[in-house]
Amino acid sequence: MRLGSGAFAACCVVIEVLGVALFLRGFFPAPVRSSSRAEQRAEPAAPEPSAGASSNWTKLPPPLFKKVVIMLIDGLRDDFVFGSKGVKFMPYTTYLVEKGASHSFVAEAKLPTVTMPRIKALMTGSLPGFIDVVRNLNSPELLEDNVITQAKAAGKRIIFYGDETWVKLFPKHFVEYDGTTSFFVSDYTEVDDNVTRHLDKVLKRGDWDMLILHYLGLDHIGHVSGPSSPLIGHKLREMDSILMKIHTSLLSEERETLVPNLLVLCGDHGMSETGGHGASSMEELNTALILISSAFERKPGDIRRPKHVQQTDLAATLAIGLGLPIPGNSVGSLLFPTVEGRPVREQLRFLHLNAVQLSKLLQENVPSYEKEPGFEQFKMSERLHGNWIRLYLEENNSEVLFNLGAKVRRQYLDALRTLSLSLSRQVAQYDIYSMLVGTVVVLEVLSLLLLSIPEALSNKAELEVPLWSPVFSLLFYLTLLVLSALHVIVCTSAESSCYFCGLSWLTAGGVMVLVSALLCAVVSALAKTFGDGKFLSKNPAHPKPRWSELDVLILLGTMGHVLSLGASSFIEEEHQTWYFLINTLCLALCHEIYRNCLLRDDSEPQQCPHVEEEFIRTAAALQDRSTGCDTLEPHGVSRSLTSLDTLRGYEKWMVLASPWVILTCCRLLRSLNQTGVQWAHRPDLGHWLTSSDHKAELSVLTALSLIVIFALVQRKCSLTSKVALALGLLGVYCYRAAIGNVLFPWQRDSKDISKGVIEARFVHVFVLGILFTGTKDLLKSQVIATDVTIKTVGLWEIYSGLVLLAALLFRPHNLPVLVFSLLIQTIMTKFIWKPLRHDAAEITIMHYWFGQAFFYFQGNSNNIATVDISAGFVGLDTYIEVPAVFLTAFATFAGPVLWASHLVSFLSSETSSGSALSHACFCYALICSFPVSAYIILVTSLRYHLFIWSVFSPKLLYEGMHILITAAICVFFTAMDQTNTKS
Amino acid sequence: MKDTDIKRLLYTHLLCIFSIILSICIPSFFLENFSILETHLTWLCICSVFVTAVNLVLYLIVKPNASSKRSSISYKVTRFLKCCIYFLMSCFFFHVIFVLYGAPLIELVLETFLFAVILSTFTTVPCLCLLGPNIKAWLRVFSRNGVTSIWENSLQITTISSFIGTWLGAFPIPLDWERPWQVWPISCTLGATFGYVAGLVISPLWIYWNRKQLTYKNN
Repeated sequence: MRLGSGAFAACCVVIEVLGVALFLRGFFPAPVRSSSRAEQRAEPAAPEPSAGASSNWTKLPPPLFKKVVIMLIDGLRDDFVFGSKGVKFMPYTTYLVEKGASHSFVAEAKLPTVTMPRIKALMTGSLPGFIDVVRNLNSPELLEDNVITQAKAAGKRIIFYGDETWVKLFPKHFVEYDGTTSFFVSDYTEVDDNVTRHLDKVLKRGDWDMLILHYLGLDHIGHVSGPSSPLIGHKLREMDSILMKIHTSLLSEERETLVPNLLVLCGDHGMSETGGHGASSMEELNTALILISSAFERKPGDIRRPKHVQQTDLAATLAIGLGLPIPGNSVGSLLFPTVEGRPVREQLRFLHLNAVQLSKLLQENVPSYEKEPGFEQFKMSERLHGNWIRLYLEENNSEVLFNLGAKVRRQYLDALRTLSLSLSRQVAQYDIYSMLVGTVVVLEVLSLLLLSIPEALSNKAELEVPLWSPVFSLLFYLTLLVLSALHVIVCTSAESSCYFCGLSWLTAGGVMVLVSALLCAVVSALAKTFGDGKFLSKNPAHPKPRWSELDVLILLGTMGHVLSLGASSFIEEEHQTWYFLINTLCLALCHEIYRNCLLRDDSEPQQCPHVEEEFIRTAAALQDRSTGCDTLEPHGVSRSLTSLDTLRGYEKWMVLASPWVILTCCRLLRSLNQTGVQWAHRPDLGHWLTSSDHKAELSVLTALSLIVIFALVQRKCSLTSKVALALGLLGVYCYRAAIGNVLFPWQRDSKDISKGVIEARFVHVFVLGILFTGTKDLLKSQVIATDVTIKTVGLWEIYSGLVLLAALLFRPHNLPVLVFSLLIQTIMTKFIWKPLRHDAAEITIMHYWFGQAFFYFQGNSNNIATVDISAGFVGLDTYIEVPAVFLTAFATFAGPVLWASHLVSFLSSETSSGSALSHACFCYALICSFPVSAYIILVTSLRYHLFIWSVFSPKLLYEGMHILITAAICVFFTAMDQTNTKS
Repeated sequence: MKDTDIKRLLYTHLLCIFSIILSICIPSFFLENFSILETHLTWLCICSVFVTAVNLVLYLIVKPNASSKRSSISYKVTRFLKCCIYFLMSCFFFHVIFVLYGAPLIELVLETFLFAVILSTFTTVPCLCLLGPNIKAWLRVFSRNGVTSIWENSLQITTISSFIGTWLGAFPIPLDWERPWQVWPISCTLGATFGYVAGLVISPLWIYWNRKQLTYKNN
């Protein structure tokens, strides 16, 4: 079957997406789980160990506290309480920490430092897997065993106010709740007022056992203006007064009932120096944790540095404190100071319960659990504990009892620490088999793409795809047989769970058929290449075309970028790589232009006509002389000279100046958003613009940007879409004014902030309208099949619809990114690509490079924290999954997508040849799949690297998303190409 | 093209390398606690002066292109002044390019400028010595098949290798090794120096190996 190279490439990328998805599924391990689910946990609590004499204490110990209030402040990092800020802004808390009856800790959060996984960790005591970040948006119900479910089962009445995530995690658990949504980051007063307003009423009532408050304001301030902003101080003072209110009310109640209550102040994650979170800097990991209760001893003058504990320890402590069974998946150990005031027998009982739970979890997750040091320690202390109980029941000498008790306690604490450590290290193993299958698929596709370069980039842009012959070949059946045998062996002998084995036989069989078919295709392509190689060596008639400097640069740049992915610093600072590459690209273009312009006078016919062939095309040129006849472009240097000759004076100067204009634009954009890790804290224009003092400047800039966007985009649109575009851009400004980013000139003070749903929907309508007009034009061009201009207009309209959508979704200070992107595209089109007549492959790769650079110019990085999730809520009242995910993905990848769609419209309007689009599609697929495949291998080999979770995994997710978007783009390319060939 | 030419080329290049080595060794006798990394700016100045001086002296002694017929004093003076202006302009030009590449605009201006100066010393000064203030000739030399003598060929190689050295020198900056030489612009200046030295070493050898293939238009 003959396929166009564009369609071929699109198929390849789609298959590659499958491979990458399989790899990702295997790479992100499922977290440590106890096999029993929450519902089935009716088993009785472990009885007290006894040696000989039987102990009669088999029930769970009674609760230590009557009421528990958990005050969770989002983003409360440790130095906000224990540092100078705490002393300054939280006087009451500081008093409690230093002199009151409290225990304070620095609780260390684990990755990812994002709210939902952290809530899960706090309440289940387990370590949520990395993949939970992705599910952060539509947090489904928490089915794992956790403190809240246990409390509800025990008949406790729980009240919750604060972040909605809790309501989604624990539906029907709260007798009363009020969820606030966390997606309007710019609002940091109302979210908290919505929580506090219930407080007075609730504290007076006595009909609850557990009150949970989740304050979001601090985190929002951090996102908007960073941890050193003066707003932080105000917010901390507000939190301090709330804490005081709760504490005094609890104390006054205790005076009546004489049963102690517990107040927990904690943070879910910290805050980096730029105000974000999600990564693994110390500031993001360390949170404050303070337990306040009159049951604790007062310790006047005892100012020690708070101890470092794990965040997961809270779940076990809460369970013990409330007299509940410890959640089954909890890897935390009891915070011992909380039970220090109890009698020794109770203390030991609590420790024993915790140790039993941890050792059970260890037994379920580690095959050789008996050899674990923690387990041995546990067994020993259990034996000692039994001895102690016997002595105790015999009412032996009190001093011996006391000494033995202290020893047992020490033993238990050691055992707990070791068990907890080995469990948290035991985040389940990688699913190597699924990873391997995914990698094999991706690599086969990549080699197929590489091998078909010469054919696919030939003038006909078609290639023979042997679709049926492999099915009948012996190799295919042999491979299939071997693979199935392997599959059976692996799946029957696997100890750990394996995703690919869990698939149904039909699906797994399908994947295996795919793998072996691809193998056959690769082998046949290889054979063909070698056969042709022999044929070619016989007639060395053609001179070897030399590569131009630009081609060498493009090749080396691509290779260098792929190699740089092996170093964690280069991944963190990948934007620097791209900025560096596009700068170099501009300078190389500059060199080419100047050489062509200035050397024209004294360039005699050159001795060696250097063929400006794209590096990939060299092979194509060699192979395709027989079909010959380069219809699309004439050869040699003369062509670029003549094209530059025809330019008039003004245009020539513009051509000469254009690289410098582009370089300046890039430099300006670079200082707009500082991203990455090392230099992310540097002041940048973006922060300056978004600070509330510079609203007027931001308004002017936004208005100006929108006008320039209109001026640049409207040139090639039809009249209808011109009007729609203008109205849409107007709507964008209204939307920004409505959500309080910018001001209207007549509006002095910022009025109340709304979600701007109506304005945003207004713009959405125009986006859809423009896209619809574009599609209509494209269909028309297909039917009428005479007018090329209709198709050009249609493509441009689709492009402008996307631009409008991006203008709506971008962060307010990022509109200049869009403007400069349009400006650079216009300049490149007019003054560089057209006069210099680069070929389709070169133009594609330049588009790809610029697209990548603009991904980072937007302020993105290879870190989950920089994804702007608020883009998913533009024009939506509530969270609806599909549009929210789509909008967020588009806003994040707007740079690459816009450049790719510009590429389509540019190629279909500028080049006369039919094969340009399919060449471009092929190159785009190749250049996108190359880094992904290399990165998959790199990540597999680096899977035990220290930074695998903080640096490499987020990048892997970005790469997975990128290949998905590339697949969509390639399919779009192919669709355009099909209409082209039909017309 | 004779072997003697190549020999002369080799000797001049060795002298240039020697001057760089001297610029590292000599100042430590006169200046206290001099080291390349800690007193980097001083070293940059000294190195630049040394290399410029050696280049000028070599140009006056060797005279690779003994062509200019008009040799009145005034002509020479204007030529010299023009060269100075060109040198300054190239310094500013490089400075602008570094800023475009992402060097800080306001902070560390002196460091960036001295980096521009040393790069100009490695690239522009030899060009000015050999080709004079003549942009067209420069463009000719730096485009493909434009060289007309081994001197120009070696000039092309050393200049390009200094640029490549500088370019590669920027790579270690984002790495988190926390070494003193990763600070802007030390790694780049070191890269430029290594590139220049490598070019000086490679070009005579390359010309020697390829002496059969190389045919120049003028000789």
